[in-house]
Amino acid sequence: MNGRRLVWRIARLVEIRDETPSARTLVFQIPDWPGHLAGQHVDIRLTAEDGYSTQRSYSIAAPADGERVELTIQRVPDGEVSPYLSEELAVGDEVEIRGPVGGWFVWRPDGTAPVLLVAGGSGIVPLMAMIRARRQAGSRTPFRLVYSLREPGERYYAGELRRPDPGLDVTYLYTRVVPDGWARPPGRLTVADLNTGGWPADFTPACYVCGPTGFVETAADILLAMGHDARAIKTERFGPTGG
Amino acid sequence: MGFISRGFHGRPRDEGVKLPPGQYLVHDFPVLSAGPTPRVPLDRWEFAIDTEDGRTHRWSWRELMALPSETPTVDLHCVTKWSKLGTAWKGVSLDTLFADVESSAEYALVYSYGGYTTNLPVEDLLDGKAWIVYEFDGEELAAAHGGPARLLVPHLYLWKSAKWVQGIRLLNEDWPGFWETAGYHNYGDPWREQRYQGD
Ligand SMILES: Cc1cc2nc3c(=O)[nH]c(=O)nc-3n(C[C@H](O)[C@H](O)[C@H](O)COP(=O)(O)OP(=O)(O)OC[C@H]3O[C@@H](n4cnc5c(N)ncnc54)[C@H](O)[C@@H]3O)c2cc1C
Repeated sequence: MNGRRLVWRIARLVEIRDETPSARTLVFQIPDWPGHLAGQHVDIRLTAEDGYSTQRSYSIAAPADGERVELTIQRVPDGEVSPYLSEELAVGDEVEIRGPVGGWFVWRPDGTAPVLLVAGGSGIVPLMAMIRARRQAGSRTPFRLVYSLREPGERYYAGELRRPDPGLDVTYLYTRVVPDGWARPPGRLTVADLNTGGWPADFTPACYVCGPTGFVETAADILLAMGHDARAIKTERFGPTGG
Repeated sequence: MGFISRGFHGRPRDEGVKLPPGQYLVHDFPVLSAGPTPRVPLDRWEFAIDTEDGRTHRWSWRELMALPSETPTVDLHCVTKWSKLGTAWKGVSLDTLFADVESSAEYALVYSYGGYTTNLPVEDLLDGKAWIVYEFDGEELAAAHGGPARLLVPHLYLWKSAKWVQGIRLLNEDWPGFWETAGYHNYGDPWREQRYQGD
């Protein structure tokens, strides 16, 4: 808590990276950006010519880097904002952004407890910021990521997560389609998945769960049933469906 | 302001609906909570009002059910930008629960099973502005939405409507709650767009 006012700033799109056919990473340059912690999000405001405006929240995908702020946007069919951001916005265009928002769902590089990250779909975004913050800080805190997706083609940051990162274990779970020769049949997250891909409760890990509401509810319930302390389980629900 | 997002048109506006600034309409019921969903068995459920001089008024589930109920239909505004209109609830008005509570405290800290807290002025809880609700849309309130019972204070952003409510502590000074400590606005009036500190 620092009493700083969150002002709207004009953010210019400076770089685009495709993650999947329906998601892309947008890198904005935001003058006087105050910095942020891994796990926080921003609010984006779009304004039409007749003055109509609307806002949405988007997690920041990378640790603080001067005036650069990276987001990854999943196109939601028939959405009002995400198709515009994930398809129309071009390098040089501007949007209004304010933040950072959210002081709870954050990981700080001085954290020493082992970390379990559980991502459902685009819920990987703030968790990726934590993975990158760990790497950037040279932290040795052991991290495990359990990343649930419909199919292999929906992986974000695939190349980066494939590269060895000592102390980071990544487990992919597919709910609809699996790669050839994949041992686990397609299906939703289970206790067995978090037993294998996570940490035993007596390691008292810090758990971060992010994704669609239904996924987050399931994952958090499983972690509780495994004996993890409710206070050590932080959740971010991208909503809005499910629940 | 004058800022325009090139090529952004937005949804067709429904001129008949007036929403607080920055909000958009949803028809489903999103969930926002900071941790796992607590499950509270009804035989151990209890609601309390703790006064500033240390007295506690308590209600068991059965006692709550025995109180006169109301069925408010209200609009909800979540700080994460969605609004849901005309939601139908059943519960007990806080005026009923406060009827025998002697207190001159100005501030309330609402606390929940699971450890959540949120603060608001006592006057925002009274005069037909707030309820302890246990039914949504004619059904018992689902745990993900705060069941068995949650606070409902619809004139403030929804994080003030504490889910899994356990009690209200009356205080002579204002104690910020969970999100209020994490940078969200202390009062949270959606019509003045009081989302974050300083708004
Ligand atoms: C704290 C927070 C962080 C977020 N971070 C990210 C992020 O990093 N990346 C990202 O892509 N999104 C993120 N979201 C979701 C984002 O804010 C929007 O909700 C999403 O982009 C959809 O907006 P829209 O205007 O396109 O759709 P809307 O016009 O709002 O909705 C259109 C339809 O799609 C449904 N819908 C809305 N959102 C989703 C969804 N996420 N999944 C499935 N169906 C949906 C709605 O119920 C509706 O029927 C975050 C949300 C929150 C609250």
